[in-house]
Amino acid sequence: MISAAVMRGIGTLTRTRAAFTAPLAVRCYSHAKVETDEEFDSRWVTYFSKPDLDTWELRKGMNTLIGYDLVPEPKILDSALRACRRLNDLASAIRILEAVKDKSGPHKEIYPYVIQELRPTLQELGISTPEELGIHKV
Amino acid sequence: MLASRALVRGLQSGFWRRVSTSSAAWAAHTHDVDVIDCSVPQYNNRLDTPLPDVPFVRNLSAEQKKLKEKEKGSWTQLTKEEKLALYRLTHELSYAEMRQGSKEWMTVLGGIFIFLGFTGLLVWWQRVYVYGDVPHTLSEESVAQQTQRMIDMRVNPVHGFSHKWDYEKKQWK
Repeated sequence: MISAAVMRGIGTLTRTRAAFTAPLAVRCYSHAKVETDEEFDSRWVTYFSKPDLDTWELRKGMNTLIGYDLVPEPKILDSALRACRRLNDLASAIRILEAVKDKSGPHKEIYPYVIQELRPTLQELGISTPEELGIHKV
Repeated sequence: MLASRALVRGLQSGFWRRVSTSSAAWAAHTHDVDVIDCSVPQYNNRLDTPLPDVPFVRNLSAEQKKLKEKEKGSWTQLTKEEKLALYRLTHELSYAEMRQGSKEWMTVLGGIFIFLGFTGLLVWWQRVYVYGDVPHTLSEESVAQQTQRMIDMRVNPVHGFSHKWDYEKKQWK
C-alpha cells in the first residue's frame, strides 16, 4: 500500500535539470516537469503535517525519505518530529535524528547544522538528541 | 560428519544469530526459536530503514507499559534513562552499534592461514613420501648436455636462446 503522494514523488522525482542545446543537436531528455527543491520540500512537509497520519504512514514516509539521495531539510524533519509527537513515539523521533546523521555520511557539518535549526523544536517537544542520550557511539 | 553439523548448528544459533537480522522470536523477546514467522512483519536493524515495521520489544512488562503511558504525556517530563529505555524498547541496535564492525575478519584470516599452512604440510609430505624420483634428464649433467645440443642446433638464433650465446667466444653474452 503506497500512498498517492509518495507514489507521485517517486514517479516525478528528478534532481537534475535537463539542459536543452541548440535545435540542431536535439537531446532525448524526458519532457516531464522537473520538480524544484522547494516543491519537493513542501510536498514532504505537507505529507508529515497530516493531522491523522498513522504509524504506518510515518514509517513509510521516513523510510522512503531516507532512501533518497539527499539529506532532508530541517523543515521536513521538523514536520516529521511533530508527527512523532502526535503519535506519542519518542523512540522514532530520536531514530530520525540518528538517520539524518548517518545520511550525511562524510559531510560532518550537515548534522550539527540540522540540530541547530531544530533546536527550538527539540526543546519544545522535549526530544533528546542521540548525543545527549549517549547512543551516538558504542 | 554429524559432529561438524552440530558445530555449525551451534554456531548458527549462538554467534550468527547475534550478527544477522533478528527474527520474530527475538522481537517478541521469547526464548530462541529457530523458526521465523515470515507471514508477519519482522523487526530488522537496517541503516536504510530507520523505522522498522514492528518495535523490537512486543510483549511489554507492567513497568514498560507504564513508561509507554508516560510517553503519551509531555516528553519534557521524561528522564534521560526513561528516554533511553523507550528507545531500546523500539530499537535493538542504535546506528552506531549497527555500524560497528567486529573482529571476525581476524578469525577468518587466521583460519585461512591455518588451513593453508596445513595444506602446505600435506603437500610437502606428499612430495617426500608419495612422488617417485624425478627423471634423470633433470640432473645437472644431463641439462648441460641438453643445453649444448640446443646451442649446436641454433635454437631460436634471431631473438631467443642461441642469440644469447656468443659463438666466437664460446660463452653467454
